[in-house]
Amino acid sequence: MAAAASPASLESAPRIMRLVAECSRSRARAGELRLPHGTVATPVFMPVGTQATMKGITTEQLDALGCRICLGNTYHLGLRPGPELIQKAHGLHGFMNWPHNLLTDSGGFQMVSLVSLSEVTEEGVRFRSPYDGDETLLSPERSVEIQNALGSDIIMQLDDVVSSTVTGPRVEEAMHRSVRWLDRCIAAHRRPDKQNLFAIIQGGLDAKLRATCLEEMTKRDVPGFAIGGLSGGESKEQFWRMVELSTSRLPKDKPRYLMGVGYATDLVVCVALGCDMFDCVYPTRTAVRPGAGAGAWLRGRGEGPWAPPTPAKQRPSPRADGRPPSCAQLRLMSAVRASIVEQRFPEFVRDFMGTMYGDRTLCPPWATEALASVGITLG
Amino acid sequence: MKLNLIKIVNGCRLGQIQNLGKTGDITMDIPGCLLYTKTGSAPHLTHHTLHNIHGVPAMAQLTLSSLAEHHEVLAEYKEGVGKFIGMPESLLYCSLHDPVSPCPAGYVTNKSVSVWGVGGRVEMTTSKFMAIQEALQPDWFQCLSDGEVACEEVTSIKRVRKSVDRSLLFLDNCLQLQEKSEVLRQSMIIGVIEGGDVIEERLRSARETAKRPVGGFLLDGFRGNPATLDTRLQLLSSVTAELPEDKPRLICGVSRPDEVLKCIERGVDLFESFFPYQVTERGCALTFSFDYQPNPEETLLQQNGIQEDIKYVDQVKKIKTSGCNQEMTSFEINLKEKKFQEDFNPLVRGCSCYSCKNHTRAYIHHLLVTNELLARVLLMMHNFEHYFGFFHSIREALKSDRLAQLKELIFRQAP
Repeated sequence: MAAAASPASLESAPRIMRLVAECSRSRARAGELRLPHGTVATPVFMPVGTQATMKGITTEQLDALGCRICLGNTYHLGLRPGPELIQKAHGLHGFMNWPHNLLTDSGGFQMVSLVSLSEVTEEGVRFRSPYDGDETLLSPERSVEIQNALGSDIIMQLDDVVSSTVTGPRVEEAMHRSVRWLDRCIAAHRRPDKQNLFAIIQGGLDAKLRATCLEEMTKRDVPGFAIGGLSGGESKEQFWRMVELSTSRLPKDKPRYLMGVGYATDLVVCVALGCDMFDCVYPTRTAVRPGAGAGAWLRGRGEGPWAPPTPAKQRPSPRADGRPPSCAQLRLMSAVRASIVEQRFPEFVRDFMGTMYGDRTLCPPWATEALASVGITLG
Repeated sequence: MKLNLIKIVNGCRLGQIQNLGKTGDITMDIPGCLLYTKTGSAPHLTHHTLHNIHGVPAMAQLTLSSLAEHHEVLAEYKEGVGKFIGMPESLLYCSLHDPVSPCPAGYVTNKSVSVWGVGGRVEMTTSKFMAIQEALQPDWFQCLSDGEVACEEVTSIKRVRKSVDRSLLFLDNCLQLQEKSEVLRQSMIIGVIEGGDVIEERLRSARETAKRPVGGFLLDGFRGNPATLDTRLQLLSSVTAELPEDKPRLICGVSRPDEVLKCIERGVDLFESFFPYQVTERGCALTFSFDYQPNPEETLLQQNGIQEDIKYVDQVKKIKTSGCNQEMTSFEINLKEKKFQEDFNPLVRGCSCYSCKNHTRAYIHHLLVTNELLARVLLMMHNFEHYFGFFHSIREALKSDRLAQLKELIFRQAP
């Protein structure tokens, strides 16, 4: 493996995606991911459990919801409790006692979210710890090393992330660097048989840069691809075009993970555009209760008991209504998948938009356009 | 409701309270405890995680201080707080105050008592109080009473006498109002015994309250630090001696294992379970042993374990948490301590709770250090189960006449 300097000389990466059904109009697909800790049905929403826990719900509750893959965060876990301890606890699965799949991100996104504490060079990202002021260097090698210790089923390359609102030469620099860092990650990866390394397509909101990135990265035979650098502050019009461009150039037989998308409408549209996997901190961070959004759609079916208000001063019971956050997203994906398998996805989309916005024609213009671009009309 | 006494051993009552609940088929064992809640949900837990706990008591405690301000909504709802909070099957006892949050003194008058909710003070006359109870529709409720004597450091006899007089007056008013309401007649009023530390007043309160048609008795004013409890324990026996055998005796403000045993010996039947909640809030786990007849191997391990914990407790620290300015006890371990960082044992070896069967001390330590919600979910599940297990062992010990052994074991672990 160490001699594999040229990406083209790699052995063939495992094909972990099995397509079960495809929408005859749009690019929506239903599939199955074959991962070391079991099968995951796609499209899938992956709840985010940043610090080896899902914001107040037990692994048993998460399992009961049907979740078969969730996220851990390498940056945070790398600091606390640290990879050595987790290795002693038999990996992240053992440490948090989660029997299903885990995906860890590289720690790179914190470059954007904690930008005042970080500095990017060719070597890697230098972080100053918010807890003790210590400096750490997160290089592609170190990120993969930590993720190898964590033992997650899917690991992400370290990418040079720039906020989608940044323009100019920095975007191009980041894109090229991400390609170089992908190669370094592939070279450093010590457990390709147990852990699937995904590439992350960058290029910001520039179609040319993104196309270049797609061309380069698809030359590397990784088990899956993520679409990164979006879900920042960009407009939805730009957002969907980059997603559409990406899915049009990514191989069909490998999973497409769209990072940081979790609002119900976005999920449905991006499934139509051909994405398979999603994650978002929004539901766990805000402990969304059935109300607006996907919850409203589900509540229309008579779901959800009433809950008395919990006073702001008291630490609330994790979910006074008994329903965990992310639940709405998980069940939405389940419903989406069923509609694809049963060849009625376009109908599902129309019905969904009708419920969400009161009337299909009130669906936001960007979504209408995006859906139209793949053959689904709402009018 | 029928209280069936199986036996009385050295002042301890073992029995069952039967025919409880709307359908009359729920039973509660005594000595026992109530599930501690503020507004009806066990702290940190949802229905799902609550049901993971073994031995949850049949009756839950709600506090009027948390619910009084929701009076209008509940009155509008009409179907009672049990259904409102999604626990229609559970027995409910409504106490006046939250045992965890002390009440400021100086607010009881001849006509009203105040409780403190999140929005501030709620003042209640007997009519307002009964109107609230009518909206709540609990199975049992503590009668409006003047319990301020316990809040103040030094009290005059005059003040103590007033607390007894007022409480009796409130009781008579509430009983009258109950007569007029079919809804209220479905609930049972618990008469409150006041009297501070003055034996004559305590006896007067007990005798007078016992004359009224109450369903049971609440022994108020016994909370405090362990030293004050010991002096008050002498009163406790005299008080319970005045009470009828066939009605349950509850006590408020007492929840620590050693104090519980002392009160059971003096005729108390039911306790609040806020101690495991306080332990949880300070990031600790109950580890005290109540296995009074272990096998020889286990005894040895236990003794070593206890010695370790006692050595450790020599460095007891005061842990300030939200509203719980309580010192850690020797009944627990503090999971925030660095020594648990790499401890892959369960909280308590042999414990069958969800947290011990699925997680390690190291993981819970990590959750506490990173300020994650799940830390308290897991600790609460363990602490409740451990505590309910303790009460089960009390009943078993009484059945087999081994209470002395259990007492010895618990007091050995007490500070």
